[in-house]
Amino acid sequence: MTETWDADRRPGALERMLLIRRFEEAVDKLFHEDQAFMTHYHLYIGQESTGVGLMEALGPDDKLATHHRNHGHIISRGSDPKKALAEILGRETGLNKGAGGTLHMSDPDLGFISTSSIVGGSISLANGAAFALKQEGGDAIAVGLFGDGALEEGIAYESLNMAALYDLPVLFVCENNSPGALGSAGGGFPTSVSAVEDLTTIPRTFGIPVETVDGRDLEAVNELAAKAVEHCRARKGPYFVHAVTERWAGSQPLWPQLVTGELDVSMAWDDSKMSGEHEDWYRNHDPVLIYARKLLDSGDLTQDELTEMDQRATAAIAEAREFALESPRPAPESALDHVFA
Amino acid sequence: MPEKNYADAMLDVLSRFMDEDPNFVVLGNEVLGIGPEGAQFEPFQKKYGDRIYFPPCSEAAYTALAAGAAMCGHRMFAHLGLASFTYPAISSIANEISTARTSSGGTIGVPATLHISHGLLHGGGAQHSESPFGMYWNLPGIEIAVPSGAKEVKGLLTTAIKSDNPTIVLTHAFMYGAEGDVPDGDFEIPFGQAEIKREGGDVTIVTCSMMVSVALGAAEELAGEGIEAEVIDLQTLVPLDEKTILDSVSKTGRLIVADEGRMHCGVASEIAAMVSEKALDSLKAPLARVARLDVPVAANQVQEAYISPDAEKLVSAARQIVGEVPAAAA
Repeated sequence: MTETWDADRRPGALERMLLIRRFEEAVDKLFHEDQAFMTHYHLYIGQESTGVGLMEALGPDDKLATHHRNHGHIISRGSDPKKALAEILGRETGLNKGAGGTLHMSDPDLGFISTSSIVGGSISLANGAAFALKQEGGDAIAVGLFGDGALEEGIAYESLNMAALYDLPVLFVCENNSPGALGSAGGGFPTSVSAVEDLTTIPRTFGIPVETVDGRDLEAVNELAAKAVEHCRARKGPYFVHAVTERWAGSQPLWPQLVTGELDVSMAWDDSKMSGEHEDWYRNHDPVLIYARKLLDSGDLTQDELTEMDQRATAAIAEAREFALESPRPAPESALDHVFA
Repeated sequence: MPEKNYADAMLDVLSRFMDEDPNFVVLGNEVLGIGPEGAQFEPFQKKYGDRIYFPPCSEAAYTALAAGAAMCGHRMFAHLGLASFTYPAISSIANEISTARTSSGGTIGVPATLHISHGLLHGGGAQHSESPFGMYWNLPGIEIAVPSGAKEVKGLLTTAIKSDNPTIVLTHAFMYGAEGDVPDGDFEIPFGQAEIKREGGDVTIVTCSMMVSVALGAAEELAGEGIEAEVIDLQTLVPLDEKTILDSVSKTGRLIVADEGRMHCGVASEIAAMVSEKALDSLKAPLARVARLDVPVAANQVQEAYISPDAEKLVSAARQIVGEVPAAAA
């Protein structure tokens, strides 16, 4: 399966994953250490492979609806990390002039429609984008991104029904990060409260083709996404991708914490670096390390190249951090600027 | 001007946008209500059938579908049915449609028109009688039009669909057959422009939608008693034409706000508050709110009438604040 990727695509994909990881680490530190923003936030750590693998399969005219865990989607689609970080800090220079914040960050220039942080909202809005694109007659598609919790909302069922009924060119991407989650009963972030054991039975009920993929495997995600995108482009109706990832330990508590520390890329080649409580994560679940090891093993990348790549990502995010922190806050009265056209 | 009914005036508008915009879509069931006027939809359906969608009973999802398409720049018309049926779609309206422009820093608009039937059906009971003007007015970012007749719906619906903002247009469920002189061709009524439907110097009655004709009936009765009522049709709640209201109140010195919605946090309350803030000195008597009482609507017409505004209650309120009868008797 991985042989479908040309070697020259691989380093770029890994670098994008690294950029997301360093971005999310910066977000966490801006909250806990700098106290530069106050609101609840959601990190994409552990799911970078799904976002990058998916975005690699999309074209520039495709539309996307993302949700509260949007940072990785926005960065992997190619948004400027400076503007994205500034948005999270509520600054005037942010993607949405600071009004959207982490929960509603969107980048319409890259095809993102409004970002809903209402669970299930992205599914319903993606249907609308798909409806519009079908009406226009081209081959662009819409992507609805959501977590497994969205399938607990009534609107998800209504929307799957309508997508099937109207043969909408919409790719539903369910990022199921519940494996390994503690859930509310275990003292963790609320997660997966469903009588349905196999979530793929839900789209199947509506006649929507569905496949499960290991969300930690970037190239596997990309291969399935490419097939699903082709299905939607050919106007054969909706497609449902179920990408399963292990819950990152830092997303177990209600407020995220970098419990696995900042990523140390030398773990990709130095076995002795991995130990302690999170050894299993470093070895088997961290998608950035998984892909880095793959490229080192295949010879697509050297240790030095990986180190340099990480330095570039780290420097880009350091620059974004400075930009965001130095950016002005919006004028108070500008709160009234964009209520109406 | 040709005389036609409200339903035909709506079809004038929908046909116009079908003709001029290949992406314009009509989404909804019983767009012209469930009365005899529903049959008027058939020729429209025959002509534009490929862009008319009859969605499943999924108000939340198809409202959001209209929103998502509108976020891609498409003008969408969605009929949500009776007002009670919009409550399952509240999240799509309040969370998605109302907020998108602001939360995106002004980069994403939602030019969708949501059309809703409202009002008493005389036996509709708790879940087929709602007039949620106040509920939707409480949401930012949405324009709200409340046509009072056939001419008005033609002008206001045109402006709604052309608007780059999301709009809610509320039609009283009994008004689809209302006839009036409707201008041919392009006809727009600008938003934020109330219309004085009857001039009078003694008391101002501010109202909207089907209560306008009720208020005009009450005004005729009052005229027989020597009380001249000025009747103002708001036409839109958002934006609100404060000037027309304030100018009238400064002339008459007396205000009644008639509202089919409930007393608390409704049209009557909001306008009463606005006038109290801006023109208290103009008032010669306490203003009066004639609105639905704050209870669910009963299915029997006796209790329904008891809690609802009507011409008789307007006349009584007018007599009281004009001072014809002692307050205690009202």
